[in-house]
Amino acid sequence: MPDFRIKDHPVLTTPGDATVPFSWKGQEMKAREGEVISSALFANGVRVFGHHHKDGSPQGIYCANGQCAQCSVVADGLSVKSCMVAVKPGMKVEPLEGKAGLIDVVGALQFHEIETIDTEVLILGGGPAGLSAAIELAKAGVGVILIDDKAALGGKLVLQTHKFFGSIDACHAGTRGMDIGEKLEAQVRSYENVRIWTETTALSVFSDRKVGVLRQGHYVLVRPQIMLVATGARERSLVFNGNSLPGVYGAGAFQTLVNRDLVRPSERLFVIGGGNVGLIAAYHALQAGIQVVGLCEALDECGGYKVHKDKLVRMGVPIHTRHTVVCANGTEEVESVTIAQLDPAWKIIPGTEKTFTCDTVLVAVGLEPVDEFLHKAKEYGLPYYAAGDAEEIAEASAAMFTGKIRGLEIAKALGRDVGEVPPEWHRTAEVLKSRPGATITEEIPDDEKGVFPIFHCSQEIPCNPCTSICPKGAITIEGSDILGLPMFNEEDCIACEQCVAVCPGLAITLVDFRKADENDAIVSIPYEFPGTSIKEGDIVTVLDTLGTPLGNVPVVKVRSPKFADHALLVKVKAPADIAKLIAGIRVQEAWVTEPAEDKVERLGDDEIVCRCERVTAGEIRALIRKGVRDMNELKAATRAGMGACGGKTCPSLIKRIFREEGVPEKQITDFTKRPVFIEVPLGAFAGVVTGEGPAVDTAHTHAVGAFQGGL
Amino acid sequence: MSSAIYDVIVVGAGSVGMPAAMSLAEQGMKVLCIDQFASPGQGCNKAAIGGLRATHSAPAKIKLCLESLKAFSTWKDTYGDDLEWRQGGYLFVAYRPKEEKILKDLLVIQKRHGLNIDWYEKNELLKIAPALNPESLIGGTFSPEDGGASPMLSCLAFHRRAVELGVECRFNERVTSIIRRKGKVVGVRTDKGGYATECVINAAGPWARQLAQAGGLDAPVVPDCHEAGITEPAARFLDPMVVDIRPAPGSVNYYFHQIHPGQVVFCITPDPAIVGSDRRETSAFLPMISRRMVDLMPKLANLKVRRTWRGLYPMTPDGSPLVGRSTELEGYIDAIGMCGQGYMLGPGVGALVARLAANRLQDGDEAILQELSPSRVFGGIEALK
Repeated sequence: MPDFRIKDHPVLTTPGDATVPFSWKGQEMKAREGEVISSALFANGVRVFGHHHKDGSPQGIYCANGQCAQCSVVADGLSVKSCMVAVKPGMKVEPLEGKAGLIDVVGALQFHEIETIDTEVLILGGGPAGLSAAIELAKAGVGVILIDDKAALGGKLVLQTHKFFGSIDACHAGTRGMDIGEKLEAQVRSYENVRIWTETTALSVFSDRKVGVLRQGHYVLVRPQIMLVATGARERSLVFNGNSLPGVYGAGAFQTLVNRDLVRPSERLFVIGGGNVGLIAAYHALQAGIQVVGLCEALDECGGYKVHKDKLVRMGVPIHTRHTVVCANGTEEVESVTIAQLDPAWKIIPGTEKTFTCDTVLVAVGLEPVDEFLHKAKEYGLPYYAAGDAEEIAEASAAMFTGKIRGLEIAKALGRDVGEVPPEWHRTAEVLKSRPGATITEEIPDDEKGVFPIFHCSQEIPCNPCTSICPKGAITIEGSDILGLPMFNEEDCIACEQCVAVCPGLAITLVDFRKADENDAIVSIPYEFPGTSIKEGDIVTVLDTLGTPLGNVPVVKVRSPKFADHALLVKVKAPADIAKLIAGIRVQEAWVTEPAEDKVERLGDDEIVCRCERVTAGEIRALIRKGVRDMNELKAATRAGMGACGGKTCPSLIKRIFREEGVPEKQITDFTKRPVFIEVPLGAFAGVVTGEGPAVDTAHTHAVGAFQGGL
Repeated sequence: MSSAIYDVIVVGAGSVGMPAAMSLAEQGMKVLCIDQFASPGQGCNKAAIGGLRATHSAPAKIKLCLESLKAFSTWKDTYGDDLEWRQGGYLFVAYRPKEEKILKDLLVIQKRHGLNIDWYEKNELLKIAPALNPESLIGGTFSPEDGGASPMLSCLAFHRRAVELGVECRFNERVTSIIRRKGKVVGVRTDKGGYATECVINAAGPWARQLAQAGGLDAPVVPDCHEAGITEPAARFLDPMVVDIRPAPGSVNYYFHQIHPGQVVFCITPDPAIVGSDRRETSAFLPMISRRMVDLMPKLANLKVRRTWRGLYPMTPDGSPLVGRSTELEGYIDAIGMCGQGYMLGPGVGALVARLAANRLQDGDEAILQELSPSRVFGGIEALK
């Protein structure tokens, strides 16, 4: 039986064996305790979860976040989102082929009244922004209900296995995102005035300013005095042929599978988009033992931090700038991807197509705020604040800081004596939101004696943990904020390697000319791959910042000090002439990234705009050309935006087609947004329950399960 | 002011206005249709849940809806557009002797009009809708020739045909006044210009009164608000529209059907009525209707709600539409006050007002116009409007 579980990971602790029996199409399989159905299926090599009722197209994972219904399966007779429902022992899981049937309910149902609960503040989202705000509010003695749709708090921090940028003081820079999440959670949980509801999703703000929430399958109304929207962001989609094939999905979904659930959903991966999300996802893939065939970026340079890009290049991942995706190929799932070069007018240059064999294509073309609740609150006059990505797309470090500011502002608005928000907080928040600055030529010192760090860091980004960590205080950055580039006072290095370990960009090496032979130097390189993949005596290929191989050199020492937090510090012995240029060790062989010889292309109009209702770009374009300017008319005519996801994915794609067709934005009438945020069973609104109300350990959709048998 | 002179200007491109404009063009008239929203049906047509029935108790509505049903059921064969028409019938349930009596009394009138509707005892009724809760079910009436279709697709199809027949449409444009001279209509003024015509048809739905007032008239049409919702699609488990007329705290009745693509669309009649044009979602709606629906049909407990919205019923004092010429202003025709049945009445009313405007009334039209006369004295209320 295939096993796609991650057994060896440099950072994450792999959970226990899969012991929970379930079946898929009658075949016996095993899941880990508490594992969601989708991850259990991936772990068993299943990636196609059913076929769409409209056109029979194969369906698989897409958001892995409970937002769409692409991953629906039939579990014990009920259609459920496989990414949100845990496997139960003996569960019979079947693909959702077409429309689901409704099972009969046995016995008389009991109804409970829907409760209304008052609170001073309702925080939507337990990610970096929501948690940070909750801490400030708790300190000020404000009563808070914090809800989050996942079982664990932390939001996307849970998925961030890499060390964070920013500053140590403001946002725990140098610490791994997932550990920051745990720290914030522990702090929030230490306050009694914060009620935390996990597996709880907000559904809508109503005109009477009550907020409908689904709390572990039970519907509850919350009446807050102030609402903080810290709902984060969702991933943008992209229109291309084959974009809805199982195997094409978002980078965030991928990180959920890999970093939260420790399954290996892919063996060969291609990434679209060179922003931080795409760059980091590619790095996480490599760490999980997945081959990364390449990454394409339409612009001349990747939009993400240069250190993230450099890291990938050094590991042997080609970055195809000025390239776009043409199509994902395959019939039931992705078998390859075709990319092509863009001319100055952003048109594909014929003849430049390259096809790569891969089983997964990650779409990482940007984020957009989850701002539905914010708009409804505004419309209905419920006092609200927003923090983090829901307010403005930026790094998680910025989200933590804006959350903190909003927390204080809300406490003040509620009349608590918390004073003013310190002006420097606003400045810090702005700095943390900074877009990466210009790339500056790397400065390699002339010295060939002694010991000193080299900063392969040549782009201004908000980051300074190296300056805080140096025990001698010998690393500094110019200027009053943390955007500058690091500099070293060479006299003071004690070769402690702490800067090498802390750098989130893995961009610091330590070059030591003291102990090696003449014409040689020892270079310390940070390495975040499984310990089993490297040992003393190995010969490794070392590369410069641009990924150019410098030579093959021996590993002389591998150590894993506690301060490196699961990273390895690898010492290689290298000739003095290349020692200072070494920025990393290649982990992926060159053959992995070779294009396939046959150029395969997916033909026909298979560019899907609305995944839920299977509406193509061609259909939308034809209506626009007929003169349709009201998105609601497009919706009425094609059903685009009427599907299970509630119009979360297609609006920006449709607007893009309008732009491509040369329609000015002022002529376009936007979709009318309607509740509810996610689909919820009628039984939950009806107050059908088995017990006395929400039980702490009841899973998200257990109210659904509860209707079968007994009721 | 536009130099074109229109035979008729229809105000409102919704459930009534769009088929009216189409029918007027079929009568060979030069038609302009003006709507304040961005595209056809964006007022309250899109809020309709799509039920189509002729089984009323007032003769005029029966005749108009029979004409509408003919249009909906034959549209695909005639014009090609799929309106998602489905003939599943209407089923009114009785769980108490009180409702049994109401339905049986009504049945006498309906039978008298020759409608295909009958009383079914419990076991027979459960064959038609097996998912109904059998506990204390007495029986109900079922009319197999009624059905449903998609209001939005219908409105777009009527629009498409209207445009093909030469109707001009102006969207995102609001009529600010009806221009009159010596007791006659001579044109309309809008927020973007003006148009000459000697005939204006008010098909402005819940906004009918404002339009009448823009012509110096009045119309006894007051909107009240109903809330509706739709679920995910499911494999077919329900054929008819199910109507439960039992009152309960907060609601007079509610009804739902499984539409052609598989979703269940549902709607409630609030008690007391929410008068006015507020269309913001209430927190009371979902718990109230879900409980009633799940109680009536337990397997619905597992069906997921996808979206909710509110729509306006343009109500008249007696629950019947106002259709016909104004006695005060020559050239002004009402096609208003559909009381929540604009979608099912639309093609019938549209065709009638087109015949009226073209002076080509047929046998029986006069009787309908008399019954629905805007200047009638309002008496009782129609049963089960």
